[in-house]
Amino acid sequence: MTISADHTAPDTTSTEPAGNALTEAVKKFGITVEDYMLPARHQIQMVDPDGRLIPEGEQGTQPGHEYPVPGDKELLAAYEQLVVGRRVNDQNSALVRQGRMAVYPSSHGQEACQVAAALCLSDADWMFPTYRDAVAVMTRGVDPVQVMTIFRGDWHGGYDPLENKVGIQCTPLTTQLLHAVGVAHAAKLRGEDTVVLAMCGDGATSEGDFHEALNFAAVFHLPVIFFVQNNKYAISVPLAHQSVAPSLAHKAVGYGMAGERVDGNDVVALLAVLDRAVKLAREGSGPLLVEANTYRMQAHTNADDDTRYRENSEVAEWRAKDPVNRMRTYLTDRGLLDDDGEARIREHAEAVAAQLREGLSEDVPVDPQELFRHVFDRQTPQLAEESAMLADELARDAAATDSQEAGK
Amino acid sequence: MSPTITTSSEANGNVSAATARAAASAAASAEAAGPQPVTMAKALNTALADAMHADSSVLVFGEDVGMLGGVFRITDGLTATFGEQRCFDTPLAESGIVGMAVGMAINGMRPVIEMQFDAFAYPAFEQIVSHVAKMHNRTKGAVRLPLVIRIPYGGGIGGVEHHCDSSESYYAHTAGLKVYTPATVADGYRMLREAIDSDDPVIFMEPKKMYWTKDQVDLGELRRLHAEGTTTGHTSEGRAAVARPGTDATLIAYGPSVPTALAAAEAAALEGRSLEVIDVRTIVPFDDATVCESVRKTGRAVVIAEAHGFASVSSEIVARVQERCFHYLAAPIRRVTGFDVPYPAPKLEKYYLPGVDRILDAVDDLQWEN
Repeated sequence: MTISADHTAPDTTSTEPAGNALTEAVKKFGITVEDYMLPARHQIQMVDPDGRLIPEGEQGTQPGHEYPVPGDKELLAAYEQLVVGRRVNDQNSALVRQGRMAVYPSSHGQEACQVAAALCLSDADWMFPTYRDAVAVMTRGVDPVQVMTIFRGDWHGGYDPLENKVGIQCTPLTTQLLHAVGVAHAAKLRGEDTVVLAMCGDGATSEGDFHEALNFAAVFHLPVIFFVQNNKYAISVPLAHQSVAPSLAHKAVGYGMAGERVDGNDVVALLAVLDRAVKLAREGSGPLLVEANTYRMQAHTNADDDTRYRENSEVAEWRAKDPVNRMRTYLTDRGLLDDDGEARIREHAEAVAAQLREGLSEDVPVDPQELFRHVFDRQTPQLAEESAMLADELARDAAATDSQEAGK
Repeated sequence: MSPTITTSSEANGNVSAATARAAASAAASAEAAGPQPVTMAKALNTALADAMHADSSVLVFGEDVGMLGGVFRITDGLTATFGEQRCFDTPLAESGIVGMAVGMAINGMRPVIEMQFDAFAYPAFEQIVSHVAKMHNRTKGAVRLPLVIRIPYGGGIGGVEHHCDSSESYYAHTAGLKVYTPATVADGYRMLREAIDSDDPVIFMEPKKMYWTKDQVDLGELRRLHAEGTTTGHTSEGRAAVARPGTDATLIAYGPSVPTALAAAEAAALEGRSLEVIDVRTIVPFDDATVCESVRKTGRAVVIAEAHGFASVSSEIVARVQERCFHYLAAPIRRVTGFDVPYPAPKLEKYYLPGVDRILDAVDDLQWEN
């Protein structure tokens, strides 16, 4: 990525007191600063678990927290990605059971969050995902097999972050939120209107980097959307052990940014809230925190046993709130989806699943010399020495095998 | 101080490149020609300013680096010259500083960030070890992190707790980080410019007790040589220096221990012993060739470092030299390092730090009678 040699950023990027920008946002909505920053009294929900559009007065909105229903085209695209995402989650879990993947932290049940996180962004924006956000990364446009390479076990990453503007799927919790802040800061200094969406879970909000990232974004007044998928568990530890805040969205106030909570299994509400968050951030209203209330339907990974820490009845309760079924009913009832449309979408999902089965069943040969190739931009003599040592070891192994073969 | 100060027209970061270049040439012409007494602090400050003039993607940030110019004044005047967008204070959070620098480097910038003191860098350890060191490898070079983390380190200033650690071994032990540490004023300029130019992340360890050390240095000449080096590709990386030639034994030192080693060599000369002093300069990558050439010549070696000896850079140097020079050695390699105790309170540090006498004792032990 190159930047202009003349570092003449436009006036809009000059450092300005965050308070002034908040005042502007307040003017825009005609409410107090506190009412702008505090989440609405109720979570935003537009389509209920049975797939019915909730009457406008009962969606949880209030003055300054109003959200129009997204357009039909966006909703249909979201539904298609939901179906694909669900299929991918289940296909990958199967591939883990077959030993084709080392591990897969499934987002089964959280697909609405995954899809909305990707669809709310423009091409020039950035996304910083966690290890559980493979479906979001894929929805953003990264090749599915490349996305899953990290879980296949031949390298610690499979895609070029710069190509689709997606950070590497990050394992150390919330460390990537600061990278999001830095990407947004660099863009702002160059006068670009890039928005960055930074993802984390409920347990991760306990980490120090969560605090540092939100504070930096607020102080430097950066267009970052912190998107917290509250799926109720950090492996086995429930949310009550992480935080006693009224909600995770309420944490925004302490940083001087706006927070909102939304039904994380309602892709309509998610898109409405995130679309507006992206628009506000792009217009210069500073960072925002969005908490999606969702549920991790499956164990943390295949190595985890969730029956040790939660009741089946709780899981069943959430199954009734499934994001995919809800959207199918809603779109069908509105006449936007018929059997043909559904069949076409299923076909798309099957094609992606087949691509994954094929791509991940392939035994990709690993090159041991690759170990030394990427540590530095300029290789050190020490690494060159170690690389030669391994090459020699492998050559002797190969020669020994050859002579054994010859002796047979 | 509010982090969002209203900016003046000179200092709002919208300074045009032409204005910046004019300021650069003004600064350069204000320098007296030829070698002058220059402090390490001034050399580092000049290197930062020159790098910022040369490349608009170079940014400086950290704690107190803006208006104040850093607690050691290394960033003095940068905000005034380049504006608050190029040199600025951050909230007081080291992980945040490093993490944000990672993001900026991903997005085309070359951040040069300051950790205020060695031990204040520890909150950033996760960002450094898990991301700064690994991003290039994880993405097979697709994402480079051309960032420099400047860390004032070492003791000898009578500092209170957490202000005198020698933390270089943590970074040197981490694959994917380059670790530079200058021991002369000229190297302060030269190596910081090279660190900023490097596409690899560099941990730049500044011996804080040497900030006010003066050498006769021609900054204009260094600037010219740097420009020349960027075209020829010549760098200091992986090149140790023979700080003082000698024939009887080799003292291997880096950063703050180099002047101590030179003083020991001076004292030994009075006793008729000729000691060669090697200044390691870049701990990673390490210059095996220069170090081993010296040890093969002298047959004896002492490694000197302020850091604790156990599992340290000094133990690594001993191991490397022993593996490569065993048959040339007349005596086991000795080490003079800090004791394996937490860095002591000011009134006790003189007992802890490697000094001339302790070095000469170690040299005396190198089995001369045979």
